[in-house]
Amino acid sequence: MTGHHAPVTDWATDFDHADPVWAAEAPRIWDELRSSCPIAHSERYGGVWLPTRHEDVAAVAYDTEHFTSRSVVVTEGRPLIPAPQGIAPPISSDPPFHHEARRLLLPAFSPKAVAALEPFTRAYCEGLLDAAAGNAVIDGATDYAQHIPVRIIAEMLGFPPEDADQFRLFVHNTLESVDLPVEKRMENFGLLDAYLSAQIRDHMANPRDDLTTFLLQAEMDGRPLNPEHIRGSIVLLLIAGIDTTWSAIGASLWHLAAHPEHRQRLVDEPDLLPTAVEELLRFYAPVTMARLVKDDVEFQGCPMKAEEWVLLPFPSANRDPEVFDRADEVVLDRAENRHAAFGLGIHRCVGSNLARMELRVALEVWLARVPVFELADPDAVTWSGGQVRGPRTLPIRVG
Amino acid sequence: MRVTVDGDKCQGHNRCYALAPELFDVDDYGYAHELHDGAVPAGLEDKARLAAANCPEFAITVEEEA
Ligand code: HEM
Ligand code: SF4
Repeated sequence: MTGHHAPVTDWATDFDHADPVWAAEAPRIWDELRSSCPIAHSERYGGVWLPTRHEDVAAVAYDTEHFTSRSVVVTEGRPLIPAPQGIAPPISSDPPFHHEARRLLLPAFSPKAVAALEPFTRAYCEGLLDAAAGNAVIDGATDYAQHIPVRIIAEMLGFPPEDADQFRLFVHNTLESVDLPVEKRMENFGLLDAYLSAQIRDHMANPRDDLTTFLLQAEMDGRPLNPEHIRGSIVLLLIAGIDTTWSAIGASLWHLAAHPEHRQRLVDEPDLLPTAVEELLRFYAPVTMARLVKDDVEFQGCPMKAEEWVLLPFPSANRDPEVFDRADEVVLDRAENRHAAFGLGIHRCVGSNLARMELRVALEVWLARVPVFELADPDAVTWSGGQVRGPRTLPIRVG
Repeated sequence: MRVTVDGDKCQGHNRCYALAPELFDVDDYGYAHELHDGAVPAGLEDKARLAAANCPEFAITVEEEA
């Protein structure tokens, strides 16, 4: 919602994912493009393509030969750090480096490791609602959703939980202020860099059982990780799970607040929740990724030039009627659901098991404690712009 | 009935293990493999089909006749 660019008037030829209209109405834009101009192009950001059909989004995600992950966040600049490592491994890495860099992180996020974090997550969600007890209106985004992933990842990385506000600022600077000039973005990154240096010094002096210490001691191919790799992976883990998960929790609460029949059904049938969570992830998938075109290539008839961006709107793929029956409806008990909220191919979200657990537990606790709720003021709800989309203000009347 | 996970396609989305832990397990990295050499015990056929229908990578094959 920064709007440092001119307003968009034509979404097929001049789209901009930082435009306030995208923040408010992205699903309508994807639907219109999918049926009229399925791979749109814009001259902004030095050239961006926008495939909207599932088939095309999947094809780009699977094609690591023609599309590089060197940067996955569309901005005015191009990343200086070359492939295959990139700035924040493994998300910025290409094969073959990507494989081992990703494997290092996977065990901490496996389904079994994540299950061990569930009691802590549940207690934390309960505590947030304890703190809001007695309020007639709770902001589902700022009083609840935004705190949950921050608290859990701070625990996993071994960072002080009281630094949560700073983490959210880093996320905002990285993922939301994408249309700022390059110099301003570099200045913002300086803050994150300084914070990280202090944490790394502390963990080197006081090694402990957490992911930061693990990365400082980890080896790849028999050698310690290079310092840029360590910093990049820590930044990735800090940034990748926060507004993404918070957006998914917020969007789900927004949906249930606006659809009393769905809210009541989940209160009455708590066993349906894991299935419903997948459907809410399909419909409100928060994350759009991106690739850079490696060398000039023709893709589905589109002349893509080296160093142009390709946005990968997984949420749009998830609403493609070619792949999903009743694609434009939330079907809480949808049995067949191959949604791509966590991406497709080798970069599948490392945190997907964690994110699913947090989302399910956050909703479970909320529905048990606050079974009756509605939007306090539908017009007051605001959505974030850029590549991660979810409610940022969400006043909910409870009771 | 038999189920098979194609290890080259599986990216560890874990839908199969979440939906049918009787038929699939995951390793320490979160990648899936079939249990009982892929043989689906009687009564679990629907679960096998459900798991396959929820794999985003189309990594699971169900052989109805096997
Ligand atoms: C609902 C919440 C989340 C959503 C929708 C989401 C979505 C995604 C998507 C779509 C990708 C694919 C990137 C690509 O193709 O370039 C990804 C990658 C990644 N995510 Fe998430 N994510 C979420 C939560 C988390 C959490 C909680 C973490 C853990 C801290 C996390 C860590 C990562 C990492 C490390 C990668 C890079 C994987 C790789 O490149 O191999 N994410 N995420
Ligand atoms: S659902 Fe598919 S991709 Fe996911 S773990 Fe199972 S087989 Fe692998």
